[in-house]
Amino acid sequence: MAVEKDDFCIGKIYFRYGNFTTFIRWSGVERKKNVIFCVRDKKKKRGMHMRSKSFSIVGSNKARSITERTAGCIFMICGVFAILAVAVITLYMILKGAPALGKVGIAEILLGTVWAPTAAEPSFGILYIILTSIVGTMLAVLIGVPVGVLTAVFLAEAAPPRLAKAVRPAVELLAGIPSVVYGLVGILILNPLMYKLEMFVFKGSTTHQWTGGSNLLCAVLVLAVMILPTVINISESALRAVPKDYKMTSLALGATRIQTIFHVLLPSAKSGIATAVVLGVGRAIGEAMAICLVAGNSVNIPLPFNSVRFLTTAMVSEMSYSSGLHREVLFTIGLVLFVFIMIINLILSRVMKKGAEHGDK
Amino acid sequence: METNNNSLFVKRKRPTDMVLKVLIYFCAILSISLVIGIGGYVFVRGIKAINWQFLTTVPSSRKGTFGIAGNLVNTLYIIVITLLIATPLGIGAAIYLNEYAKPGKLVRAIEFTTETLSGIPSIIFGLFGMVFFGTTLGLSYSILTGALTLTLLILPLITRNTQEALRTVPDSYRSGALGIGATKWYMIRTILLPSAMPGILTGVILAIGRIVGESAALIFTAGSGYLLPKTVGGAFHKVLESGGTLTIEMYLRMSNAEYDYAFGIALVLLVIVMGINALTKVLTKRFDVTRMDERKKKKTGGNYAGK
Repeated sequence: MAVEKDDFCIGKIYFRYGNFTTFIRWSGVERKKNVIFCVRDKKKKRGMHMRSKSFSIVGSNKARSITERTAGCIFMICGVFAILAVAVITLYMILKGAPALGKVGIAEILLGTVWAPTAAEPSFGILYIILTSIVGTMLAVLIGVPVGVLTAVFLAEAAPPRLAKAVRPAVELLAGIPSVVYGLVGILILNPLMYKLEMFVFKGSTTHQWTGGSNLLCAVLVLAVMILPTVINISESALRAVPKDYKMTSLALGATRIQTIFHVLLPSAKSGIATAVVLGVGRAIGEAMAICLVAGNSVNIPLPFNSVRFLTTAMVSEMSYSSGLHREVLFTIGLVLFVFIMIINLILSRVMKKGAEHGDK
Repeated sequence: METNNNSLFVKRKRPTDMVLKVLIYFCAILSISLVIGIGGYVFVRGIKAINWQFLTTVPSSRKGTFGIAGNLVNTLYIIVITLLIATPLGIGAAIYLNEYAKPGKLVRAIEFTTETLSGIPSIIFGLFGMVFFGTTLGLSYSILTGALTLTLLILPLITRNTQEALRTVPDSYRSGALGIGATKWYMIRTILLPSAMPGILTGVILAIGRIVGESAALIFTAGSGYLLPKTVGGAFHKVLESGGTLTIEMYLRMSNAEYDYAFGIALVLLVIVMGINALTKVLTKRFDVTRMDERKKKKTGGNYAGK
C-alpha cells in the first residue's frame, strides 16, 4: 500500500482516514477495514513528518453535509461583516468629507483660523478646532494618566486586598457612567469653580473675554476624569501581569517597596501602560457629548481660560441647522477626526504587537 | 556610613519613598472620591426629581404631566433591536474566527477591523449612520436607524467577549464531541455555545450598558421623539419613527438648563449602570471555569491535580 498525501503517521504507522464514522470505527471493532497500517518508508521520512504535524481532528471532517457548509459560510459572512463595516464607513467619510476640501481649498480649511460658516462671505478655517482637540486631549492625558497609573499601582500593589476589592467596582462604575452625566456634573460643579478661578486670575483685566467658567480647562478636567477608568483598568492588569519573580528579586536585593514599584514593576509593565495611554487618547479625542456644554463652544485659540470648540463638539452643535457647503465642511471635520482615530488605531496595534513580542521573550 | 545602617533590621528611611507613597495614596483617594462624589451628587440631586409620575408618564402640557416613560420605552426598543441584529452577527464572527478560520490574511483583516471598529468614536458612527442608514437607505430619523448604527458600535464588544468565552472552553470538549461522531455545527451548537454562554451573556450585558449610555451616535440617527405608542400597530410602526433614548432626553434637557429633570434621568441611568455591573459580576463569578477549578482544589485540600 503506498503512502498518499493525506495520510498521517503516529510513530511508524500510517493512518488513512475517510470521515468521522471511519475515525470511530478504527478505534472500535472494524478497525482494519477502512484504515491502512503500513511501515514507514525510510526515503519519505522527512516529508511525512512534516505532514504529520498538520494533522488535526477538527480539520479532518471531509464529508460535510450541506448544513455544515452553510453554517461555515454564514459564520464567515458574519466575520467579514466587520471588514465590510469599516470599509463602508471609511468610504462614506471620505466621500462626504473630501468634496469640501476641494471646493474651499485644503489650505483654507486646515490652516484657516476664521470659522464663520453662516456669514455673508463664509470662511471655514478649522485650524483652531483641530488645535483645540490636540491640546485638550494632550492635557487630559497629562492629568489623567499619572493619576490613573498611580491609582492602578495602589490597587495592584499598595492597597490591602480587601480595600482593592471594594475600590474596583467603583472604578467600573466610573467606566460605565454615560458621558452626558459627566457633562451635567461638569456644568454644575466645575463651571462655577472655573468661573471663580477666572475671576481670580483675570481680576481687572480689560482684554479678557469672560466665559462664565465654560473653558478649555473645564473640558480637559472632564476628559481627564473620563479616561481614568480606561487607564486604571489596563495599567492594573499590566502591573498584575508582571512576573512575581521580578518583585521578589528586587525586594530580596534590598530595594524598598516604592523602589520596586518605580524601578522594576512600572518599567516591566511599560507596554501595557503605553496601551492604556493610547486608548485614553482615543477616548478623549472622540468624546463629544460630555464636553459639548462645558467647553463654551466658540472657536478660539486653545488657551486654558478661552471658550473653545473641539472637533467633536463642532459637529454636535452645528449639524442640526447646517446645510450646503457648511454641512460638507462639518463632514470634513468628521474626516479629520476619523484620520486622527485611524492613526491612533495604527499606533495602538503597533504598541500591542510590540507588547506581545516582549511578552514572548 | 551612619551607624544606624549597620543593622539588618533597621530600615533606612528614604525621603523620596515617602513622597512617592503619599503621591500614590493621594491619587488613589482622588480617584475614589471622584466616583463617590459624582455618584453621591447625582443621587442627591436626582432623588428629588424621581417619583412615580416621573417614571410612568410622558411630557404633556394638556395633562400637565412630565415624565420619561416614552424615553424608557425608546431605550428598550433600541436595546432589543440592536441586540437582535448585533448578537448573532457578533457571535457568528467570533465562531468563525475561533473555530473555522485558519490563521492568515483574512483573520488578521477581520481582527484588525474589529479592533478599528471598537476605536472609532461614537460621533463618527453617528455621522455615518445619519448619512448611510438615514439618507442613503431612506430611514431618516428613526429608532431603526439608531439601532443599526449602534449595531456597528457594539459588534466588536460582542465579538471579543464571545471569542474570549470560546477560548476558555477546553479543547478536550471539542475533540471529545468530534471523536464520538458529532459534526462540527452540531458540536458548536450543543457543546461550545452552551459552555461559552456565560461569557457571551456578559458581552451582551456589557453591550446593553453601552447602548444605554450612548448619546453621540444616537442624536443624529434616532432623533428625539418621546411619545408612547398607543395601539398595537403603533407599537410596530414606532420602529420607523424617531425616538430619543434616556441619554438624548437628558442632553436636551441639559441644554435647556432644566437641570433637575436631567438629574432625575441621570440617576435612572446610574441605577441601570450599577445593575448591569452587578449582573456581569455575578455572571463571571458564577461561571468562571478557572474559579471552578480553584473551588475543587479547596474541597480536596489542594491535592486536586487534574486539569
